[in-house]
Amino acid sequence: MGFFKTRLFWIALVVIVAASTLPLYVSGYVLGVLTVAYYFGVFAMSWDLLFGFAGEVNFGPTFLIGVGAYTAGIINNQYGLSPYLCIFIGAMASVIAGVVLALPALRVRGPYFGLTTLVAVLMLQNFIVVFADLTGGEIGLTIPDVITISASANYWIALGFMVVSGAILYGLSQSPIGLVLQASGQDPVQAGALGFNIVKHKLFAFVVSAFFSGLSGALLVFYFGTASVGTVVDVAVGVNVIVAAVLGGRRTVIGAALGATFLIVAGEFLRPTGELATFIVSAIALLVVLFFPGGFLGAAMSRQSPEAKA
Amino acid sequence: MLALQILIDGFAISALYALGATGFTLIFGVSGVLNLSHGAIMVAAAVAAWAAASTFGMNQYAGALVGVAVALITALITYFAVVQPIQRSRRIANEEKEIFVLTGTLLWGIMIQELIAYLFTNNAKTVLPIVNGVVEILGVRTPQNEIFTALVCCLVIAALWLLVNRTKMGKAVLAASMNPRGVTLLGLELTNIYVVVWAIYGVLAGIAGVLLGMFLGVSSYSVGPLTASAFSIVVLGGLGSVSGSLIAAFVVGYLETFTAYMISPAYRTIPALLLLVIVMYLRPQGLLGRR
Repeated sequence: MGFFKTRLFWIALVVIVAASTLPLYVSGYVLGVLTVAYYFGVFAMSWDLLFGFAGEVNFGPTFLIGVGAYTAGIINNQYGLSPYLCIFIGAMASVIAGVVLALPALRVRGPYFGLTTLVAVLMLQNFIVVFADLTGGEIGLTIPDVITISASANYWIALGFMVVSGAILYGLSQSPIGLVLQASGQDPVQAGALGFNIVKHKLFAFVVSAFFSGLSGALLVFYFGTASVGTVVDVAVGVNVIVAAVLGGRRTVIGAALGATFLIVAGEFLRPTGELATFIVSAIALLVVLFFPGGFLGAAMSRQSPEAKA
Repeated sequence: MLALQILIDGFAISALYALGATGFTLIFGVSGVLNLSHGAIMVAAAVAAWAAASTFGMNQYAGALVGVAVALITALITYFAVVQPIQRSRRIANEEKEIFVLTGTLLWGIMIQELIAYLFTNNAKTVLPIVNGVVEILGVRTPQNEIFTALVCCLVIAALWLLVNRTKMGKAVLAASMNPRGVTLLGLELTNIYVVVWAIYGVLAGIAGVLLGMFLGVSSYSVGPLTASAFSIVVLGGLGSVSGSLIAAFVVGYLETFTAYMISPAYRTIPALLLLVIVMYLRPQGLLGRR
């Protein structure tokens, strides 16, 4: 693996080691913000696998996140199974939801695909509100169990989860499968003519993306102790995931995690500005989209030597 | 009795949806842009009309004009500041321009929405209607404002049809939607055509926004649902097909009104979403769309 010799790997290693020592000297408040940011990072990385590599614009990342989060939450709330089992079942439910969504959605292309995924989110949102007895409706679902109450432990779980997910997703994106995905995203006809089964590869990307989205969503609600439409399903959350991935640099996987961390931390810093916070974050994101379309990581990597890029 | 009520209410809502969606589909048909700041522009128009009347004491007509003017200006800013730079950018690969335009207009829409919320709060605002009073149509009490809304929508759509099909400028727009390269070879500046289309779009979205503000009222929370409903109507009808959007607007409008009256207002949007999923599955190009 040439990757272990690249500068990117060493920078990533240093950042991760530095991040894992944070609980020793920062407050629980900062850890709490970063914990959420790391789970968000996994959302954005999963989205990037689907868009950046498979070329599919998924407008409904929160459909996959929400199914995982709510399934885990409802099972814990109704049957009181252990959190780990609930999280696993949540992730599996998300995979099933991903397949159900992908089968019809992959028949259509471009904006139509985007709309199908968007409609899926709106349907899920309606479903949650209508079946309020089961889901808690607009008030939200209370989740009785937690994994741990220690801020440091939660932080390490989130960091570890993000690093492992990031490594798997990045590895996948650089593997032969990733190359086939990239080819089918850019020119499906030609990739198909070369003998690759495009639908199978895209379905696989969908399943992987759904698995990590659902897992991360389930972990997030167990951290929050509650699941609500506003935190894991709303279209606005999905927009944030997309903005994070584009901001960090699409087609880089790791950039998506940077973008998500930036977005959450910036939102926290701008909290004193009140209602203008979202305005400022959106304006920054728009400027990045207009002037640095490669995102943070894209801008940084274009200055590096070509072999480091690979 | 109830059937007639649904028929009348549904018509007004549908006509409003149709007006909102025509501009949206026109831009897509001509320049291939899906403008996700659509809802924000409509709300900006309504809030401007409301502010002109309530804060600056203008009469309803002047307020409505201010609203339409604000939508026109916002639409042109959207084109020049967001869409055109992305389309001209050399750093964005051509196949990715679509997602960048979507992301860019989405962010721009959120900026407008947040600015409105900051300047005028999140509260729902109702624009003072131009006509007041109620009439009875075959025993159904109908606000005159509702009739006025439906009438204006139909007139504006008819005017748009004339503009596109009967004027030289309209024919240039139509030609650009069919073959942009051919139009440039005839010596027409494509950018000028796009500016005209965005201006038409701004006026349409402005009128739709102000009427919506008079009929149902708006708040900065309406931005997302408005964009989503225009998007789904346009996809249901077939992207880029104006007549398809008109039909789809009436289908969605009546379906929603019917559900609201017969089942429950809480389920209002669900049948339309289900229909959309079914159409996407069976006929992905929409009702009247071409592949």
